[in-house]
Amino acid sequence: MNTHSADVLIIGAGPSGLAAAIELKRLGVDHVIAADREQQAGGIPRHSDHIGFGTRDLHRFISGPAYAARYVRMAQQAGVELYTETTITGWESPDHLLATSPQGRTNLEAKAVLLATGCRERPRAARMISGSRPQGVMTTGMLQNFVYVKHQAVGKRAVVVGADHVGFSAILTLKHSGAEVAALVTDLAQHQSYFQYKLISADRYRVPVYTNVRVTRIIGQKRVEAVELTDVRDGSVRQIECDTVVFTGDWIPDYELAFYGGAALDPHSKSPAVNGRLQTSIRGVFAAGNLIHAAETADVAALSGRYAARQIADYLRGGSWASQSLPIQIDEALAWISPAVIDPGDLNVPHGHFILRAARLIDNATLEVWQADRCLLRRWYGKLVPNLPIYLPERWLESINAGDPIRVEVHAYHH
Amino acid sequence: MSMADVYDVAVIGAGVVGAAVARELAQYDLRCILIEAGEDVGAATSKANTAILHTGFDGKPSYLETRMVKRGNQLLNAYSAEVGIPIERLGALLVAWDQDQLDALAHIVEVAHENGSPDVGQISVDELYRREPHIGQGALGAIEVPREAIICPFTPPLAYATQAVINGVTLRLNSPVTSIERTPEGDYRLACPNETITCRYLVNAAGLYSDVINRMLGYDEFGVIPRRGQLIVFDKMARGLVNHILLPVPTKMGKGVLISPTVFGNVMLGPTAENLNDKTATETTADGIAMLLDKGRRILPSLLDEEVTAMYSGLRASTQHDDLQIYLHEEARYLCLGGIRSTGLSGSMAIAEYALDLLGQAGLKQQRKAEFKSIQMPNLGEAFPRPYQSDDLIHQNPDYGRIVCHCERVTRGEILDALHTPIPACSPDSLRRRTRAQMGRCQGFYCAAEVSALLASKEARS
Repeated sequence: MNTHSADVLIIGAGPSGLAAAIELKRLGVDHVIAADREQQAGGIPRHSDHIGFGTRDLHRFISGPAYAARYVRMAQQAGVELYTETTITGWESPDHLLATSPQGRTNLEAKAVLLATGCRERPRAARMISGSRPQGVMTTGMLQNFVYVKHQAVGKRAVVVGADHVGFSAILTLKHSGAEVAALVTDLAQHQSYFQYKLISADRYRVPVYTNVRVTRIIGQKRVEAVELTDVRDGSVRQIECDTVVFTGDWIPDYELAFYGGAALDPHSKSPAVNGRLQTSIRGVFAAGNLIHAAETADVAALSGRYAARQIADYLRGGSWASQSLPIQIDEALAWISPAVIDPGDLNVPHGHFILRAARLIDNATLEVWQADRCLLRRWYGKLVPNLPIYLPERWLESINAGDPIRVEVHAYHH
Repeated sequence: MSMADVYDVAVIGAGVVGAAVARELAQYDLRCILIEAGEDVGAATSKANTAILHTGFDGKPSYLETRMVKRGNQLLNAYSAEVGIPIERLGALLVAWDQDQLDALAHIVEVAHENGSPDVGQISVDELYRREPHIGQGALGAIEVPREAIICPFTPPLAYATQAVINGVTLRLNSPVTSIERTPEGDYRLACPNETITCRYLVNAAGLYSDVINRMLGYDEFGVIPRRGQLIVFDKMARGLVNHILLPVPTKMGKGVLISPTVFGNVMLGPTAENLNDKTATETTADGIAMLLDKGRRILPSLLDEEVTAMYSGLRASTQHDDLQIYLHEEARYLCLGGIRSTGLSGSMAIAEYALDLLGQAGLKQQRKAEFKSIQMPNLGEAFPRPYQSDDLIHQNPDYGRIVCHCERVTRGEILDALHTPIPACSPDSLRRRTRAQMGRCQGFYCAAEVSALLASKEARS
């Protein structure tokens, strides 16, 4: 059994992992391994063949595959050791992991580990949608792999479930593959994307967007024949004929490795709970990218990786590890907050803000940060829309004390 | 027609029971055929059960079913060790949650002792919570059944059928029997879509359709009442929550809902028990799932915080009778193996052994072959070594180091193997039962396209 040692082992060579690796090399860290279980590094953008990648991190506006290829090239040029087809199968200790690759079983040892395993969409079963189990039920990730990587058609007539950016991108992928899109449905009262995205997808291809409906049943023996939609307001039921159903969004971090390593998980997001330096509860193990905010756009994930690299470089230079951390409590109107814990006295937060998601649509919302009976921040946001990022500035961190719990509350004040 | 075109025995149905009978027959100098309506072996009722290898501790002592389960348990344990079917002997705990259930425990222990399970006994509530710290509050008592085990439900029918095939049994898939005639010689002529099969002895192991076949032959001892069992499979990260098979205390209302680890490392909650009319109604329902979650919340509250990996349902071939519906029509050289329900997997090898006895009574000459070839099945169990963990295997063939299905850690080598076995995978579902590919938490987000390409590839056909 081989052993490879490095200063930093990065697990996952998508945007955040690669951006972290490149930044670590730039900061003078000698030996950086980025391991990815897929045949090609690059992560999800490899199969997201639409435009819009790279604005915030590379100051470009390119397609997903071009973006992924660019990062891989940059990593190679920077001297990052890229291990593809390499699956981390377990932990011996926080600085010693086991891997499987076509070369055999390998020990990977490192002074610091960065988890950058990203996120995926909840499939149909995880959404607990009943009915039969025919062919033709998929997630966007699966759809993109079929259409853009394997160049295979998926069906003739599809229903897309979910109306955030990814739902609208699924329309483009389906049209590209030659499928008709019967409808895009969401259980919320409105779609959750930008009007431009809707314009170039649903509007352009005359795809009706049905709001306030939930998919409650899948019908069909061998192949999907229809989906049943239930109106969330009055319970009325109807069916749409289709041979394909694409479940989009509803992201869940790929937290398996963090879990088996014993990292504390944030109960709301299931991400490893990280502080403002992206440290997990295990000394020497960091987490970044969409593993800790599922899912932001690829450029945000990459910036998170770049930020993590600077924290890791600090740590390698003998920097400290947070001795205590304070979990942030959130209102039931919120789905999650990232970072989810605070190291009192440390004012570092990636890019100066926390990222949040709303659990439901809330009009005229004000976010408040409280510690004991002190309101540390009050800020009006207007409408909170699930699946779209909400940014909470970090300036209140300097006024917290070390002991009392922090709460983020949502209020809809009537003036 | 020459004699060579006449099979000695035809078995209709390649579920776990039909395949076990075919394997048993393959040990003798006989010409046999195993006929299956579906695309694969074990692809109907046999694929969707609770995957428990029962000891028969709780059966009615006088029932044939109990006898079959007790004997079948011994046989399948031994066979599994021989061919590599994963079994974990976790033991079961029957947990009483109310006074009625608590009162029933003493009788269950008595019956277990009568059934030859002297190791079954009550344990204290403290002991129960020590062994299962995550179960809900309020348990009043429990029985321990040390030898109850979990088993891979997919490998047994595949192992039986594979061993039958390599020992000379003909397997016909995609061949529903649409009508049956008798020749003047008393042989059976089975009409299938692409051929007519002639045989001297006929075994009906058609599961949900065993009553239909039975009626084609003019018998009407039973009717199949499909009884649906819906099941929820939770993520592997839930596995640490439970150490045993957690059985409910059976009441007049049925066997109830259980929670059990699976050999794949998941945790299963179910089944429902719904009597239906439709033999194709293998769908889950919102009501059924809600009921299971409700029961599960009581037994293991934290299980409900875990992600769901799969939901499915199976149809047990129940009848209006309680016991197995096994009938030998000696003169007609016809054996009916009907009414086999959830204990079919546990009892399968004993039922096959019994079937050979009965066929012998009807005059089938059974002469052992000089050689009965053995087989080795790929291990799908988490408790046993898998290819991705073997440095040696990967060095011999790097494809065993190429993980294609990440959630279940299925390698390209295993997938290619499954495409080249005597009964090769022919679809994503049949591949899943042979390798676990796409059985995991992402349900194909990462690997479905790659798996599909492998299924369609030149390598698959070479």
